[in-house]
Amino acid sequence: MDLNILSLLIWLPIIGMLAIAFVPREKVDIIKIIAATATGLQLFLAILLWMQFDKTTGSFQFMERYDWIPSFNIFYTLGVDGLSLPMVVLTPLLSFLAVFVSWNTKRAVKGFFALFLLLDTGMMGVFLALDFFLFYVFWEVMLLPMYFLIGMWGGPQRVYAAIKFFLFTLFGSVLMLIAILALYFTCGQTFDMITLMHTAPTALNGVLWWGMSAIKVIWILLFVGFAIKVPVFPFHTWLPLAHVEAPTAISVILAGVLLKMGIYGMLRVNYGMLPEAVWWFAGALAVLGVINVIWGGLAALAQKDLKKMVAYSSINHLGYALMGMAAIVAVGAENGNNYAAAEAGMSGAVFQMFNHGTISAMLFIIAGVIYDRAHHREIAGFGGLAKQMPIFAGVAAVAFFAGLGLPALSGFISEFMCFVGAFPVFRTIVIIGTFGILINAAYFLRAYQKIFFGELNKKYSDMPEINGRELFTLIPLAIITFILGVYPAPFLNVIRETISGIIEHVATLGIAPGIF
Amino acid sequence: MNIFLQYTLLIYFLPLIAFGIQIFVGKRLPRQGDWVSTGAVLATLVLSIALFAGMLLDYNPDFKQNFSFTWLETTNFKISMGFLVDNITIIMLLVVAIISSASHIYSLKYMEGDSRYSQYYAYLSLFTFSMNGIVLANSFMLLYMSWELVGLSSYLLIGFWFEKDSAANAGKKAFLTNRVGDIGFFIGIMLLFTAIGSFSYADVFVGVAAGKITGILLTLAGIGLFMGAVGKSAQFPLHIWLPDAMEGPTPVSALIHAATMVAAGVFMMVRVFPILTPDTLILIAYIGGFTAFFAATIAITRTDIKQVLAYSTLSQLGYMIMAIGTGAYTVAFFHLAIHAMFKANLFYGAGSVIHGMHHALHKLGDDKTDAQDMRNMGGLNSKMPVTYWAMVISSLAISGVPLFSGFLSKDAILAGTLALVNRTGSHHLLLFFGFGAALITAFYMFRMIFLTFHNKPNKPKIFDHIKESPTAMLIPLVVLSSLSIFIFYTLPNVNPLSGQGWFTHLVEQHESLVPGHLNPSVHEIEESIHHSHIPAMITSLIVAGLGLLLAWLMYFKKIVSPDVWARRLKPLYNLSFNRYYIDELYDKILYQPFYKLADWVAYVDWDVYDKKFINGLGRVTEWFSKVVGIADYDGLDQGIVDGIGRNTQKLGNSLKKLQTGRIQNYVLYAAFAVVIILILLML
Repeated sequence: MDLNILSLLIWLPIIGMLAIAFVPREKVDIIKIIAATATGLQLFLAILLWMQFDKTTGSFQFMERYDWIPSFNIFYTLGVDGLSLPMVVLTPLLSFLAVFVSWNTKRAVKGFFALFLLLDTGMMGVFLALDFFLFYVFWEVMLLPMYFLIGMWGGPQRVYAAIKFFLFTLFGSVLMLIAILALYFTCGQTFDMITLMHTAPTALNGVLWWGMSAIKVIWILLFVGFAIKVPVFPFHTWLPLAHVEAPTAISVILAGVLLKMGIYGMLRVNYGMLPEAVWWFAGALAVLGVINVIWGGLAALAQKDLKKMVAYSSINHLGYALMGMAAIVAVGAENGNNYAAAEAGMSGAVFQMFNHGTISAMLFIIAGVIYDRAHHREIAGFGGLAKQMPIFAGVAAVAFFAGLGLPALSGFISEFMCFVGAFPVFRTIVIIGTFGILINAAYFLRAYQKIFFGELNKKYSDMPEINGRELFTLIPLAIITFILGVYPAPFLNVIRETISGIIEHVATLGIAPGIF
Repeated sequence: MNIFLQYTLLIYFLPLIAFGIQIFVGKRLPRQGDWVSTGAVLATLVLSIALFAGMLLDYNPDFKQNFSFTWLETTNFKISMGFLVDNITIIMLLVVAIISSASHIYSLKYMEGDSRYSQYYAYLSLFTFSMNGIVLANSFMLLYMSWELVGLSSYLLIGFWFEKDSAANAGKKAFLTNRVGDIGFFIGIMLLFTAIGSFSYADVFVGVAAGKITGILLTLAGIGLFMGAVGKSAQFPLHIWLPDAMEGPTPVSALIHAATMVAAGVFMMVRVFPILTPDTLILIAYIGGFTAFFAATIAITRTDIKQVLAYSTLSQLGYMIMAIGTGAYTVAFFHLAIHAMFKANLFYGAGSVIHGMHHALHKLGDDKTDAQDMRNMGGLNSKMPVTYWAMVISSLAISGVPLFSGFLSKDAILAGTLALVNRTGSHHLLLFFGFGAALITAFYMFRMIFLTFHNKPNKPKIFDHIKESPTAMLIPLVVLSSLSIFIFYTLPNVNPLSGQGWFTHLVEQHESLVPGHLNPSVHEIEESIHHSHIPAMITSLIVAGLGLLLAWLMYFKKIVSPDVWARRLKPLYNLSFNRYYIDELYDKILYQPFYKLADWVAYVDWDVYDKKFINGLGRVTEWFSKVVGIADYDGLDQGIVDGIGRNTQKLGNSLKKLQTGRIQNYVLYAAFAVVIILILLML
């Protein structure tokens, strides 16, 4: 396509940001409308992209490639496949909704939305970049606005939270950068990700650094870099704090999009460029997944702050995705070349990634709705709200039950696929993981009961029902959750070929003998 | 389109549509839309009757239709969904439709004036939809999904009066206890899928017969599935949620927590019976038998009329589960259908009494007296004749008195148990459970009848204001009382002592598919049951008579004093009265440690790991950078290259400022590190 739709997707928010720069700071309505228009157009383009996307191929589409810094072999390369497409749609969707979530932002509106749009560009860039250098640049671009958005518009402990977030992520980026450079220098001085997917496995074959397999070293560097984003236990403690302190809209973006970059990065980079190491690391991945599930779930159960509970639920939910990713080794001969299980797990992981995006976004918006009214988030400090706010209670029920994996809502089927995929290979681990579905239910039902059931707390007997704007931010997500829960085929059809491609890639390049 | 598919699709989706309408616009419709849900369920009743009539006309035991479509598909992984329509499906659809219609009609009056009337009907529709999903499913996938959805509707309806903490707690307890069972259920499904590669019953059966999964794995898969049934059908040790579920409105208790949903576990075991191994079956038999007996012993000391019925439900479900375990699984299904009618009827009767009590208490302005406590009743038979006779008929049915339906199925279950003992020469304990429970059942049912309806009223003031319930509530009582008569289940035969009839003709036992002939053949089972039939019948008549007699002596004639006996058997009485202290025990050994563990995890995560370790790392780095700063400035700069230039000094200063926590410094630091790495790599 000559339209360069991918570039447009990335740079639209920047155009919006520039436009905002020229608006006087007191014209808040214009600023908000610009932000809504930019993200809205972006969403429209993303949906167009989804419809134009060719489901029958697993290769990259809508590619764009221009020289950037030719002397270092750096290009401006963009492309989209079944792995990135869901995120490319999810990002503008959540960004668009987040604009309305933060509609009532009072402080420094201009700065807020300018930074927000910059963040949007960074996120979109990460999912579309196919040049490693470009990927890294977008990765860092995203970091700075996030830091300021938490640090300036957040809650009482915002500075501490922002610095913690920043240091953690920076630590990850540095490791990632080292890995990128290592790949660059060992695999023919290229940053081209598609090329690297084909050259890296052979170029690194048998290379030893300080007595260690280069493949393993690079894998670990990349893995830790991405694991911080997911976040994978034990790199997760920045998350609850960042979520609690961040303004609602930023929590939505953080949980809905940023965390997905970890899993996206692992699937794109680790699985793509180091397929051999997948075989080496899959067991650990499954174990980490279960730890995330159980640890995150138990921690969520003990939380008194609603937002912190939802934050821990992210750790819990993304654990399922890690388990699903580990399922890829089912294609090994020793596991009976079980392609069905590998596909179930991998598709489940990608699906879970998307579903967590919609579901956790809803949960954070709900926490925000409550906070805006009560100015606290103490789970035990409410009670009986279902009587006072029946519509809100109903919407919240959809989100909570989606969170606990109720069938007919999308989270169920992706979790189910992750379990079913991982089970043949990691039976014991998965069986331990199934306790997650009990813990999940326990913390969501406990919170729901404390907030919505019981006698109405007298303090909140005049709490206003959820308003139209808030409903507008929740309903689209609820509808997506419901439709994909009842009929997940449209989603799985889009990712099918890409997933099969990754599995084939790992299966054929990954079992070459004598690598380690 | 195939006519069966048309009918079942309508049966499946009509209640769902009603749910959609009710939840979104129900409140704005005339009569808050109760007619939408009721109309939908009555339509499913008509369609179910049509299917049922077709089945009787066809009279083909091997009738089976399977409809399937691909729900989701990746290159090699596929999940199909669809309906399996056979005689078991049709009978079960009818059972669900009858009880569900009855509850809808009954609720028109029972729930009249409730502030969430339209929501109530929405949830009822949601339940009917989900329940029919379980009945129609042709695969474990749709089964499991519907399984969870009935759990949701149960949760919503138990906690319907959520202002009461006890109701909200009971809903949560039901959901979570069921989830415990579902973990096993899920693992069982995964074991089968991993071995066979499909979720559909038909494929799984073929796979098991072909030996794709055998031995201990197959046993574990069966136990896993059974765990699901233990949760849903409230068998020991997961029975604890069902008595609490009585917090829900009584028509809900009748529909969901007595007749249909709780029987879903039994229904599933009937469906999967051919793949169960002998080890699984014997476990099932003992769990069922024990629950039947154990729950009955608790029922005798309840004073709340609904609690008596709740424990009675547990006990009867135990019978069904035991029947599965003994191999007489069609009998389990027989009892399921029959039990649904009389047990729902008992609940409607109890609801009618409670309704009357509420009415009277309301008139007296009394909101302290417990409307469900039988000690506040007595002598109601004169005031509520229809309710009284309905409950008597149902009690006769559940006690296994000839001419009534329960006699047929209960007798068959006990014959099945006796047959197992005769075949194997062991497991005599099951006989004790079975016949013991039969005795206690007759006793506590008539204890309830006598306490509620006979003798002098215990609270004359309340008694004076008691009135019979309105017609909408009496219709279900009359219909279901009629359906507690034996003849509906035995036609065209009319022998009240033999269960033979259309049911036994149309629902035939299938051979076990477990390879290696580990289970007895259908012929062996039927042969041994045939021989056990007469002794089992005589024994069960004797024990039922004894139970009834004892109740009559204690609570009608009052020749034997229950209080004296309670004192004489104090330890046993206490165990029964305190439900064997199981709730307290779970609280101590499960819930409390579980919540403590969660608290511990949260503490370790936040206060130890993050605050101490992660922040400690930060502090170490800070200290290190300070050292570097000093070394650089004082050592290198001042000491060695003093005066070389201002640039170095600036660098030293900026490194020292690292500890200020200002973000620019960190960025600089990071950029600096990157440059160094770049240089290193280029060398």
